[in-house]
Formats: sequence, C-alpha cells, structure tokens
Amino acid sequence: MIIKTYKDIPSSEITDKKVFNERRTLIKAMLVTAVGATMPSAWANNAKPNAWDLAKSDLSNTALTPTPIELVKNYTNYYEFTLNKEDSTKLAQNFIVDPWSLEISGEVENAGTYHLEDILRQQTLEERIYRFRCVEAWSMVVPWVGFSLANLLKMAKPLSTAHFVKFTTIQQPETMPNQRNNVMLEWPYVEGLRIDEAMHPLTMLAVGMYGDALPKQNGSPLRLVVPWKYGFKSVKAIVKIELLKHPPLTTWNKSAPTEYGFYANVNPAVSHPRWSQNSERQLGSGFFTSRRQTELFNGYGEEVAELYRDMDLRHFF
Amino acid sequence: MNFQIKNPKLVTFVACLIPLLWLCFDIAFDNLGSNPIQALHIRLGDWSLRFLCITLAITPIQTMTKWRGMTDYRQMFGLYAFFYATLHLLTYLVVDNNLMWSIIGTDIIESPYIWFGVIAYLIVFSLAITSPKWAMKRMGKSWKKLHRLVYIGTMAAIIHYFWQLKGNLAEPLLYLLIIFFLLGFRVLAWLTSRQLNKMMIPKGHE
Repeated sequence: MIIKTYKDIPSSEITDKKVFNERRTLIKAMLVTAVGATMPSAWANNAKPNAWDLAKSDLSNTALTPTPIELVKNYTNYYEFTLNKEDSTKLAQNFIVDPWSLEISGEVENAGTYHLEDILRQQTLEERIYRFRCVEAWSMVVPWVGFSLANLLKMAKPLSTAHFVKFTTIQQPETMPNQRNNVMLEWPYVEGLRIDEAMHPLTMLAVGMYGDALPKQNGSPLRLVVPWKYGFKSVKAIVKIELLKHPPLTTWNKSAPTEYGFYANVNPAVSHPRWSQNSERQLGSGFFTSRRQTELFNGYGEEVAELYRDMDLRHFF
Repeated sequence: MNFQIKNPKLVTFVACLIPLLWLCFDIAFDNLGSNPIQALHIRLGDWSLRFLCITLAITPIQTMTKWRGMTDYRQMFGLYAFFYATLHLLTYLVVDNNLMWSIIGTDIIESPYIWFGVIAYLIVFSLAITSPKWAMKRMGKSWKKLHRLVYIGTMAAIIHYFWQLKGNLAEPLLYLLIIFFLLGFRVLAWLTSRQLNKMMIPKGHE
C-alpha cells in the first residue's frame, strides 16, 4: 500500500504572509538581505544596489491578485528532479545556479556566451503580473521579475533566416536525479517558439518573482515566461538560446505528439485528448468555489491573436 | 495476558473509517498542499481503489488459507469502496465544481478519463445496491454474474486514474499489477477446477 506523505518544508523557508505583503512596499530595503541570501554570490556582489528597483510595466495585469507565494513555491512541474509537483521544492535545493552563463547562437550576427550578471546589467528589470495556466488544468497568478526576451534577441541581431527560437535547459545530472536515471523524458529539456512569438513584448525572461530572486524549483536563475501558452512552454534554467531556420523538436511534443503540440496556446475549445481544457482550478481558491472558465490565449487574445490569424488552432494545437 | 478482539467485525468497520478521519484532520490543519481540492480527489479515489483491491483479494485468500467466514468482510470492504467512491464523486460535484452544471457537463463530455470514472462508479453503485443477502437470494445465478463486473469496474477505475496524469504513472501501474495478479489467480483457479472436473468423469464416458 502506498501512502503519500508530504514532508513539510521547514517553516523558516516559507515566506510569512505578512512579510510577503510588506515586501511590496519595502522592496528596496529588503534587497540587500534578499539578494545576499538567495542570489548567486558573484551576481549579488556585482549587482548594483538599485538593480532590483523594479520598473513598472504596461504589460502587467495589475488588477489581478497574485497567488500566495507559498503555493507557487511548492507546486512546480520540474521533471528533472521529480514527477511530483510538491517534492521539487526540497529536491531542487542542491541545484547549482552559480556561476551561470547563457549561450546565444545560430542564425544571429552576435553569437556568444555571456555571464548571466553581464546580461542582467544591460536590462531593466520589470515586475509583470501574469496569469499562468498549466496544461494540467490548474492556474495561478504570478508577479514575475524580468525583461522582454525581444530586448536580448535584438542585441544578438537575428538574421533574416532566423524563423524559430530553441531554448535548452541545463544538463546537470549530478543534482538532477531524473536526468541521471533517464526518467520519462529525453534530457535536456527543449522548448521552442516561432520568431514572432519570441519577439512579442509579452514574452519574457524571468529572473525573479514576488520581488525576489526565483526559487530554484521555480526555474532559477533564468526562465522563460510565455503567458498565453501552457506552462510547459515556459522552460526553466535556460543555458542555451538558438535561433534556427526550422522548428526545433520540443520535449513534450516529441514524447507525446498527439497530446502536446508545438504551439500549446491556451485554448478552452481545444481539449487535450484525455481531458477538457474548458476550465481551470486556480491555486489559492477555496473549497466550494467553482473552477475558472479558461480564456482563449489565457486572456491575452487582444495582444497575441494577430500572430495566429488564418491559422486553424485545432490543427496547430 | 490473552488478548482477544471481542468483536472483530466492529473493529474492522471502525478501522475502515480511519482514512476519512485522517483526511478530515488534514483538511482542518491545512495539510493538503498547494492544490487541496486535487489532493482530496486523489486521497478519496485512492482509498476507493484500495478497498476494491482488498475486496478482490478476499476470495483468493479464502481459497489459499481455507479460512472460512470472510464473505461478510468482503461485503463490508466492497461497501467501503462504494462509500469512498461516493465521497470522491461528491467532492468533484460539490467541492470542486460547486454544482455548476454547465462547467461539469462540458468537463465530463470533453474528458475521456472521466468517462472511465463514470463507468467504474456505475458498476460499484449497482454492486452496492445488490449487496444485501436478500438481493443475493432473489437474484439467484445472475447475482454472481453481475458481481463479476467488479473486475471491469476496478479496471475502469485504474484507467480513470492514469489517464488524467501527465507524468507519474507508478501508482496506477501498481494497482494494475495487483488487479492482474488477483484476476490471474481467479482464472487459474477456474482452469484447475475444470481440469479436476474432467478427471472425475470416468473413462469411457467422454
């Protein structure tokens, strides 16, 4: 008989609700300690004190209330560590995020490998509150910290032959048990976007959430966030961004092509072959609250529908 | 000291309620994680499936140990499987969907994994209402036929479980293994008894 026991993470690791609320106003004051505690040391030392003086963004859904941080921190699909969403918090703690470099290559003028802190120094970090919808029909609202991917790609200068962007997660089998044991998927994890999707201002690279550095299990130190697509497109711990002529073969698409498409746009009208995508359970909503009706493009239709004009979304799921 | 359980049936009856009490405790102390409604679904569904497996194990155990008088326990465990399945269903309708029938309707129509849950529940339900002794007597031979559907029901419940998963298939596969083992035992027992029957027919009369 299997009885699931969920070991609570020590209370010292859980952000108190009060602290969470104060952090929004005291963000500057908190920076020194927060960055010191969770950032890669090289990054923390080099970062200017005002590095996390977050800019406002017009792209942020400021009307939405973020999901409580402890729920977001303890419910992550990170298959490199575990197939259980509530076990990755603990298992990801040995993951090495310092030093971190990012390779940009392929169909670009300025290919190269950069230290993460050098990339960050050139970017203005913004806070953006986005909806996040998982293909498993649960959702949350997350205040990410980061910048538009387009800003970085423009610096790399894509060639006219760059039609797709491929993202690759780090291969770190010594800390990632399921990479070590070849569990379930083919590693490293690969995702991709069409170039116009990648250049869309909503598409961001995140380095933080809730005004703080990303927790390891949430994709530290650098992850993609594409708010109108299912969560598995928003690849974590990115080490390589390649601009390509042809669409890359992405991990879930390769593993189950009839279930997970390349586009993976949130769409209530296109069911997963085994379950409906019509509604979603919002994390943090209580018992006896009905599920939320899922919106086309996760509510970002006004911004992104144009990208898919004349496309049969049922075919290109 | 000679310790003897005076009323084993009552003790079993109460023990089968422990998973429910445990769940109530976890609800009260907010122990169900980031997605408590899903945790509720999984916990109740798991216990229903576990009771189905226990129910199915009774006959093989009886055959192997020659331990008689377990039929009443088989009925009790079967009814507990029905009890936890009913709570599982009510959680889906009320706790998860707040009886919003438009959302529930679309969800059921568009989710093949739920179809298997519905099949499993309908079978367990029909077995539960025909479980009293008088129903058994009245139905005669068809009772046994109907109650063999328990294997189909359990299989449907397992498909219902693993068809909603994206990743971890270990647990449903374990249940599948148990069911195949138990079903295999029944088939083997049936084949053996057929062989014995054949051998008992005197030669020349074949």
